[in-house]
Amino acid sequence: MKHTNFLRPLAVVLGLALGVPAQADTYNITVDKVRIDTGMFKKNGIGYNGSQTPSILHFQEGEDVVIRVKNNLRESTSIHWHGLILPFQQDGVPGISFDGIKPGETFTYRFPIEQAGTYWFHSHSGFQEPDGAYGAIVISPKGGEAVPADRDYVVQFTDKHPHSGARVFRNLKASADYYNRAQRTAQDLIEDAGAEGLKAALQDRKMWGAMRMMPTDIEDVQGFTPLINGASTQQNWTGIFKPGEKVRLRLINSSATTYFDVRVPGLKMTVVQADGNDVKPVAVDELRIAVAETYDVIVQPREAKAYSIIGESAGRTAMVRGTLAPSQGMVGPIYKMRPEPLLTMADMGGMMSGMEHSGMDRAGMDMSGMDHSGMDMSGFDMSGMDHSGHDMSSMEMSGMDQSGTDTGGMDMTSGLPVVPAEGAKGAAFYAPGSGLIPTAANGGKFLGYENLAARKPLYRDRPATREIEIRLTGNMERYIWSIDGVKYEDADPIRLKYGERVRFKFVNETMMAHPMHLHGMWTIIDTGKGPYDPVKHTVSVAPGTTLYTETEVDAPGQWAFHCHLSYHMAGGMFRKVIVEGGPS
Amino acid sequence: MKTLSLGTALGVPLALSFASAAMAEVGVSPTVWSVRTDTLEYRMGAEENSFAWGVEAWIGNDELRLVWKSEGAKTEGGDFEEMNNQIRLQMPITEFFDGFIGGAASTPDGAPDRYYGTIGVTGLAPQWFEVEAALYLSNHPYLNAEVEYEGLLTNRLILTPSIEVSLPLADDPEREIAAGGASAAFGLRLSYDLIGRSVSPYIGVNYERAFGETADIRRGHGHDIEELTGVFGVNVMF
Repeated sequence: MKHTNFLRPLAVVLGLALGVPAQADTYNITVDKVRIDTGMFKKNGIGYNGSQTPSILHFQEGEDVVIRVKNNLRESTSIHWHGLILPFQQDGVPGISFDGIKPGETFTYRFPIEQAGTYWFHSHSGFQEPDGAYGAIVISPKGGEAVPADRDYVVQFTDKHPHSGARVFRNLKASADYYNRAQRTAQDLIEDAGAEGLKAALQDRKMWGAMRMMPTDIEDVQGFTPLINGASTQQNWTGIFKPGEKVRLRLINSSATTYFDVRVPGLKMTVVQADGNDVKPVAVDELRIAVAETYDVIVQPREAKAYSIIGESAGRTAMVRGTLAPSQGMVGPIYKMRPEPLLTMADMGGMMSGMEHSGMDRAGMDMSGMDHSGMDMSGFDMSGMDHSGHDMSSMEMSGMDQSGTDTGGMDMTSGLPVVPAEGAKGAAFYAPGSGLIPTAANGGKFLGYENLAARKPLYRDRPATREIEIRLTGNMERYIWSIDGVKYEDADPIRLKYGERVRFKFVNETMMAHPMHLHGMWTIIDTGKGPYDPVKHTVSVAPGTTLYTETEVDAPGQWAFHCHLSYHMAGGMFRKVIVEGGPS
Repeated sequence: MKTLSLGTALGVPLALSFASAAMAEVGVSPTVWSVRTDTLEYRMGAEENSFAWGVEAWIGNDELRLVWKSEGAKTEGGDFEEMNNQIRLQMPITEFFDGFIGGAASTPDGAPDRYYGTIGVTGLAPQWFEVEAALYLSNHPYLNAEVEYEGLLTNRLILTPSIEVSLPLADDPEREIAAGGASAAFGLRLSYDLIGRSVSPYIGVNYERAFGETADIRRGHGHDIEELTGVFGVNVMF
């Protein structure tokens, strides 16, 4: 977006010379206390413009927007324009870009719209976003959509919990498994013993118990009701189509903590955009949308019947159904939720790689047992093993070493689909043998980052000027989240230089996926496509994996950089990024 | 309940010292708190019935917590036969364990009060055993250790065995305690999480017994050295 920075002053000068005022539309938003009704429960929450239905802001690429935000709450608030390229003072992060919006105040945001696509906005104050403070942004491109459609709908997901965000966080701090109601029970032990033999089942328990980790620890927070555009399954958000029409669905995941697997059973979804940037169209049957990501997909329902939009949480603890139908009042079918996945030792790989060599006997883990299927281990980055700073010495690894001699106990893929070698559907950005690798409900194609290619390169491809390693760290039992083992409040900012191209090496040393979001600048995921690597604002780093991104440092000022899971962000997986130099 | 007010008097000013961090700043972990019981029950014995509690309340952050623990038992219509309160500062020392240091008071009816300095560890051992071990220091020092395990029959129906052992390191004849004569409590409680984890009614058994010379002293005084009770109660967490 650098070119527009150059052009803008020129345009302003030209505008002044010609006496033509720049187009500047004004938008008004109120931040209100609202009563949220999911049909399952009612609670007090926050909504924009007095509604639990998320507001949609429609902008035009190239316009200058003025957005007046009135805070009707009794606490400070803020709005962050997620994914928008703008001056940092307009980015809406209290303590980094501005001071926040005090109760009763109206704050006026002003910035030029330099891009097009689907984005969203949300409060960056306290736990207001999980409490309901989020909405959608749709920016029409100057020259029209690259892939036109007849209908255009925002499909915004959230995970509405009966508890307030602050209470959820407090409960997680008091007991990290507070909301985990999918833990393995005595009944599971009996079933596993029946299937695998008692010895193997006990060995498996012993191994997880030695680490004090749970293979079911996929969703920190369960017990929520997922919503599409503010409507639960029962409330049934419905988009209308005429058979044969192309329908663009702008999928946005505004959840506090939940990844959704999204599909429209019976229809192919053609992915045309990711995080606001057009991608080469790719037809898939299902996709996983990480928290804070957006995907635009085009579906073409040909029959005059109700189709379901299904969002199933990645941990399979909740599901939402919306409907696409030729007329209002029709209801798409509900599908049975698929079985809950289990984490495997592969998902723990990052935790082990973070340890000192002496801390464990890697040979004892019998990784060869995993390799039977010709698995590609190249994605399994072991370089993190050198980080002696990460003190994992208190982890009792002895239990693992013992069981390592027994392949029965360490068969990491037992009971799970065996992961094929490279080229596996959607598997490239998961640890080989991961229990989190999604498969499409119909057995078809599941989107992975490796399938994304930029429609047009946004930047000239050039080598990165330097690499910065970002280790994603945490202590699950204490519910502490950090970067490089240091929480935000104890950390120095990351300093970047204007004009450089930084390569970020994300090493996930935790057992959870983290959707990492850098404000103000684009995140280019290294998928090996050079200039055609997809350009995003949020990148999900799966447990036990290393992932590379590159960023053209083209936005001066200071920016937030964090995990977008609300409770991980609050817990400290957060950094301030300062871009030094550049135009003021 | 004099020591309850003592706990409050100590606790409130200390708690306020954490309050400055309570307002959420972006990315800064807010101060949090929790109150939970592991015992809140009616005990039915062969000779008498009693009410017993075990409460832990804390406020703090990832680095430091202020903890108030209270345990005791009151016989029906009678005395507080047990009354233990402690205030402690607790901080992480390893990935899964906290260390703590504080003060404790044992002030039952019908026995001389005892005050201790306490130092110990608490946390999660491998295989999910919740353990706590502490040294109580005074003229009448003792060691205390507790182990508890939550067995998930289902995700809501939970069977919790527990053991608590106290080992006196000095004689305390006024309290019928002899050095080396341990006392122990064994519990087995079956609970059901009725409302989230906030309200969990349970039933179970509690067995307490004195050993060694402590048992001899009690026997000599004509007192029981063991007590088996059936219990029912409800644990709360908020």
